[in-house]
Amino acid sequence: MANTQAMCTSFKGQLLTATHNFGTAPTRGTTAADTFKAALYLASATLNASTTAYSATGEVSGTGYTAGGITVTNGTAPATSGTTAYWTPSASLVYTSVTLSTAFDTVLIYNSTQSNAAVGVFTFGSQTVTAGTFTLTMPSNAAGTALLNLA
Amino acid sequence: MLVTTTKGEMDDSLLEKKEGSLDNDNETTTWVEYWLEGELVHRSVHVLLKKNIVAEGIQAMLA
Repeated sequence: MANTQAMCTSFKGQLLTATHNFGTAPTRGTTAADTFKAALYLASATLNASTTAYSATGEVSGTGYTAGGITVTNGTAPATSGTTAYWTPSASLVYTSVTLSTAFDTVLIYNSTQSNAAVGVFTFGSQTVTAGTFTLTMPSNAAGTALLNLA
Repeated sequence: MLVTTTKGEMDDSLLEKKEGSLDNDNETTTWVEYWLEGELVHRSVHVLLKKNIVAEGIQAMLA
């Protein structure tokens, strides 16, 4: 037998469920999953890896859209496969009956339970919507293709 | 078929329909538009995200 240096895959999965705390972290009063939300941002906004939390700055506005966006359906717990931990919303993000006249190209997923802390910034081709529906369908929830991967 | 428009629900037979799509490494996007006498009165978009985010830097660096 030989030993192999590695970060344990189980640990990666546990990062997605807040099992470990190396520093100061929020006190959790429940074991329930947090609530995550998805907000749309204008193409002129500047969201990136440095984004730390949801902000209304640069967020879209228009008929039928509520600031802060919509709640993400989180029906599937994080999982691991191989050496990757992953998670994907369990349903498409659907903004119904909206008019968003200024071009937008980004969705921010953030944790509304934990002070609106940012999770990820996802970009797509610039769009507008007129009295219609904007649907963001998620990739397959599997290692390598899931929306979030800790590889 | 009734279509929700900026002027309320309208029968699609009264409208000009335009569709388009885009497919690249990042996304597959389709959209449908309805026009009334040169005015855009409905536009819906469907984006399938292909590109995820990967935290590949998570490695035990104890060398």
